Amino acid sequence: MASLPTATQRFLNGIIPENPTYRLLLGMCPTLAVTSNVQAALTMAAATTFVLFCSNIMISLIRNLLQSHLRILVFTLTIATFVTVVDRFLAAYMPEMSKQLGPYIPLIIVNCIIISRCEACAAVQGPFIAAWDALGVGIGFTLGLSSIATVREILGSGTWFGLTVLPPDVWTPWSIMILPPGAFLTLGVLLATVNFIDSKRKAD
Amino acid sequence: MSEMIENTSVSESELVTEEKRPNYLLQAWLVIFLSALYGAILVWVQMSLSEKIEANKKNATFAQIPSLVKGAEPSKTQELAITGTDGKPARVYQVFNADGAHIGWVFPGLGQGFSDVISVIIGLDADVKTITGLYVLDQKETPGLGNFIQDEPFRSQFVGKATTPSLAVVKSEPVAENEILALTGATISSKAVSDLVNATVARYRDAAIEAAK
Repeated sequence: MASLPTATQRFLNGIIPENPTYRLLLGMCPTLAVTSNVQAALTMAAATTFVLFCSNIMISLIRNLLQSHLRILVFTLTIATFVTVVDRFLAAYMPEMSKQLGPYIPLIIVNCIIISRCEACAAVQGPFIAAWDALGVGIGFTLGLSSIATVREILGSGTWFGLTVLPPDVWTPWSIMILPPGAFLTLGVLLATVNFIDSKRKAD
Repeated sequence: MSEMIENTSVSESELVTEEKRPNYLLQAWLVIFLSALYGAILVWVQMSLSEKIEANKKNATFAQIPSLVKGAEPSKTQELAITGTDGKPARVYQVFNADGAHIGWVFPGLGQGFSDVISVIIGLDADVKTITGLYVLDQKETPGLGNFIQDEPFRSQFVGKATTPSLAVVKSEPVAENEILALTGATISSKAVSDLVNATVARYRDAAIEAAK
């Protein structure tokens, strides 16, 4: 087990070096679908992090009981349970947000970030490391979603987190940014920027 | 005689495979156990939150009443328990204006859409003869196609329509008074909403008018 990463390595890896959005390009469905404003993006990221955290710990606890050909089934079952919990919780305490996010909360079940963390980390390492891994990847995902949502909300509605940053009289909102094409454009530009900075850094 | 021999040999070979075959139930014990455990957790979550979720839905309905029935005073709304023509108990809302005059109704309707259940509330005049508003509370239709049922352009088609004859969905520019233009690429979702409106009005009309007397 010496070759496997430690808790700190797992945690830090998830944030930048293996950032799910900009490095691994995983979980693109919520990345494109719910980033039209920062509030929705943060709720989505928090929901995903919660599901990831719980599933990782749960899978890690039962990792020695897993049978290899049934493991994906167990992963999906566990993830689906926690997603349902989040979905009901949002419907009860944040009905507006629940309505806005609509089918994308239930779709966390098939988010490949979570299943890949269960497979890569929780199924082979203990709950402590799995918990830090989940937090790191969760923060990385939050950074990814909120950066895209920041660009889209500011350019598309002139607001950030619902607060006006670009008043309507000086800025005509680019409504394309809050529509689906805006998600692709923003992701493309940000991805290019991240890769550009990275290649510069490596060259130096 | 030859048939019998064949039969025996078949059953023998079956026995052999039966022994070699792994015991699936035994292998799947973890899956079965976890299903039961998770099921129990979800039952608990559902039981502890369902009351709050129901209350939220009711608030969402109340918030829409002024837009469904023009001139309504939401605080004067009466909730009536009635039995629909399907024999099931239901709740409808009798809507009053600020002067206390009965000006309309709000009926909640639930029906199967293209991908999941669609939940709507329908605003009607006091005689249940004209539709005064339609609002989609919950739907999970295809994003980009069917989910347009919740948008103003589609919903406003229903406003001002008579409840009889029942509404029909058409794919080309409506000619008759009772026709609704289907959303492009979402005929099933459009038809689901119009059928839902027809069914809900028919189900509660008589019982509601009776209960209001």
